[in-house]
Amino acid sequence: MSTAHAEHEHHGAPSGLSRWLFTTNHKDIGTLYLWFSFAMLFIGGAFAMVIRLELIQPGMQWVDPNFFNSMTTMHGLVMVFGAIMPAFVGLANWLVPMMIGAPDMALPRMNNWSFWILPFAGTMLLSTMFMEGGGPNFGWTFYAPLSTTFAPESTDFFIFAVHMLGFSSIMGSINIIATIMNMRAPGMTLMKMPLFVWTWLITAFLLIAVMPVLAGAVTMMLTDRNFGTSFFDAAGGGDPVLFQHVFWFFGHPEVYIMILPAFGVVSQIIPTFSRKKLFGYSSMVYATASIAFLSFIVWAHHMFTVGMPVAGELFFLYATVLIAVPTGVKVFNWVATMWQGSLTFELPMKWALAFVILFTIGGFSGLMLGIAPVDFQYHDTYFVVAHFHYVLVTGALFSIIAAVYYWLPKWTGNMYSESLGNWHFWTSIVFVNITFFPQHFLGLAGMPRRIPDYNAAFADFNLWSSIGAFGFGLSQLLFLALIIKCIKGGQKATDEVWEGAEGLEWTIPSPAPYHTFEKAPEVK
Amino acid sequence: MSVRKLKQAAMMLFSSVLAMTSSHAWADKVLNLREGVTEVSRNAYSLHMIVLWICVVIGVVVFGAMIYSMFAHRKSKGAVAASFHESHKIEVLWTVIPFIILIALAIPATKNLLLIEDASNPDMSVKVVGYQWKWSYEYMDGDAEGVKFFSSLDKASNEARAMNSGINVANVDNYLLDVDNALVIPTGKKVRFLITANDVIHSWWVPDFGFKKDAIPGYINEAWTYVDQPGTYRGQCAELCGKDHGFMPVVVIAKEEGEYKKWAAAKKAEAEAAAAAAASDKTWSKAELMAKGAAVYGTSCAACHQANGEGTGPFPALKGSPLTTAESAAGHIDIVVNGSKTNPLMAAYGAQLNDLDLAAVITYERNSWGNDAGIVQPKDVKAAR
Repeated sequence: MSTAHAEHEHHGAPSGLSRWLFTTNHKDIGTLYLWFSFAMLFIGGAFAMVIRLELIQPGMQWVDPNFFNSMTTMHGLVMVFGAIMPAFVGLANWLVPMMIGAPDMALPRMNNWSFWILPFAGTMLLSTMFMEGGGPNFGWTFYAPLSTTFAPESTDFFIFAVHMLGFSSIMGSINIIATIMNMRAPGMTLMKMPLFVWTWLITAFLLIAVMPVLAGAVTMMLTDRNFGTSFFDAAGGGDPVLFQHVFWFFGHPEVYIMILPAFGVVSQIIPTFSRKKLFGYSSMVYATASIAFLSFIVWAHHMFTVGMPVAGELFFLYATVLIAVPTGVKVFNWVATMWQGSLTFELPMKWALAFVILFTIGGFSGLMLGIAPVDFQYHDTYFVVAHFHYVLVTGALFSIIAAVYYWLPKWTGNMYSESLGNWHFWTSIVFVNITFFPQHFLGLAGMPRRIPDYNAAFADFNLWSSIGAFGFGLSQLLFLALIIKCIKGGQKATDEVWEGAEGLEWTIPSPAPYHTFEKAPEVK
Repeated sequence: MSVRKLKQAAMMLFSSVLAMTSSHAWADKVLNLREGVTEVSRNAYSLHMIVLWICVVIGVVVFGAMIYSMFAHRKSKGAVAASFHESHKIEVLWTVIPFIILIALAIPATKNLLLIEDASNPDMSVKVVGYQWKWSYEYMDGDAEGVKFFSSLDKASNEARAMNSGINVANVDNYLLDVDNALVIPTGKKVRFLITANDVIHSWWVPDFGFKKDAIPGYINEAWTYVDQPGTYRGQCAELCGKDHGFMPVVVIAKEEGEYKKWAAAKKAEAEAAAAAAASDKTWSKAELMAKGAAVYGTSCAACHQANGEGTGPFPALKGSPLTTAESAAGHIDIVVNGSKTNPLMAAYGAQLNDLDLAAVITYERNSWGNDAGIVQPKDVKAAR
């Protein structure tokens, strides 16, 4: 393995722009991914602010309904494909080689390409907003025929952007699988791998399985729009419901793609700050695999109201609630890990614990949504909006933030500012709940999602939600400040960084040198 | 966003916060799912409560253990970590117990689902069609057989929802939850709905009935309800269907059978009179057409082309456009009756409006906002069909 680097001198990072453009170093590429996703987080967040501004009170005050629809669409797309997914790929780039004792990713040049597609795809996606007729305005789920026959011209650019994002994801996943399968240090058997590596291995298989399905869906849209086919057009003998089946066959595994690595992150952090081994390691692995398997057979629970045969509805109801079992196992295991540990509450632990509690609340509402006869009430209301923001914001995003706090000292060599971090944590926790908890009530009271205006009966909770959203958005500026400050300097981090930390990444110096594990470590 | 707007927003924010803390708004605050007025909705409510309580209990146990651990097992209190990290017994236990709970849940869920999906043996049927952005209702049988009408956002809401309309929407009754023509059904009857759509996917939802069902072009979905209580039940479209998705409410009025029969007879007579008027060869005066046209424009056209005729985004202006000011009205009539061949956003209104309404609205468009292009009579429209 070290032969790949034999031609290199032991050198540090090259300097200048070309370092970043041509880099094949997993740490550089990980950094690029993370900054890209951070930028997207703020762009997608700005769209959310526009949404919450218009919804701050009843009546139409700021944006017209068409632009509002564009905002909900772009917010969803940017957050899912621009912020959450690339952030996890960035973490994988940084951490997977360091955790398995490999010098780099298996396919470093493809790694460079996987990343550099993203800014172009992202720019193309965002550029649609400035095109005549406006940007995509049909929701991030882009149901046909609203997204085909009735969509603005810019939709073709959206389709191309989705294709490019798909290429990037598929290449990234191939790289992660190739790395994990081939480049583990001697003695690092599969069942010794850190859970983060396990969850990413499974996630990468999910990505390879479903990104082509998404590509198929948007390609059918493209030909429906431009080449006279009728895949989704009832007037031409096509089927609008087919679109939803294809989309959600991608879309449901996609939500696990965004949460399985989060499980991995939390499973690294909780044992460290409990100073106790992860409870039920093997059951964690099996639970992750079960969730991944189940994710392929539950997609139509997003479509209970389309008028499926009742046998179909029953199948998807049963399969869906079954997911609660392996997910429950994970939560119980985390709690059991903490039980009789020796707990401290550094910031990564704070975020991980917030994740466990708030993600579980999102899981509860998920169980409720899975019960089809009640879903007929919840479906497409703010209850759903509350649900998926609990699992994606306080779930996926919180785990990413926890990961950044946990590994930032290893990346930069400096400890972060504890006081700034505490401000960031507590403001985020308070505001995120003010934002999303009242949305449960709005949904139960009957407020549909994706509407720019509402009856005065919904006014109070919308005001709360908007105040919370502005506060949560602003709180993330503290995070930006903290990261910049930590890169610039601070108290020097030790190699181990955390007292209870285990794993190969803590055996190398802080900051991690440009090249690590050129000679494979021995794992016992 | 000007400074003035920001100031205005800040003031509004401030006053709403004040209002929230001082008023009695809390008294009627809805926190929970509505129980509704049908067997289906009451079942959904009780199932909702069961799942909610199960979640609460699990939450209390799990979070309780976690929080206990956070206080009792702190390093700062001298806690020393135990070394256990596996127990097959416990793992089997917390796999099996949730599984049993889920089975217990699945039984009532299955029962309810089978009830909801059984639309057999209805007493009457209504066809519900979703349009961008209104509903149409057609009575397939019973006392109102043949009655068909559109149901759009009511005038007061429609005016108030315009951008910066200056109307305080808190003073508009049932803002965004009222329509010009509500669906009327009899109480004590099993009413079946046959739901489809004309353009994109919509979803027909009345929370008090306990279900929503998507309206999908090319599909006819079935749903049903049985309402005991006379009353007015309000809901909204629940599937994103384009620009005015938020502005196509569903309103259903349940009347006792006698009242319903009276309503049906009146509605039939009204429809016949309108049809006769539209079919007659009468030549209408400009004033008559303009008055009628203004109303039709308000419900069918203004959402896109705007009340001032200036259009917005992908919807072209009618004010001073070549089409609406051309000497010959033929092109104008064609696009309104048959829809646009190039832009699917412009629907074919020939299928939605009668000749009189079409003539009136075309006349209105040709003679408003400074346009001055002569009038169109119903017979011109008839000839163009």
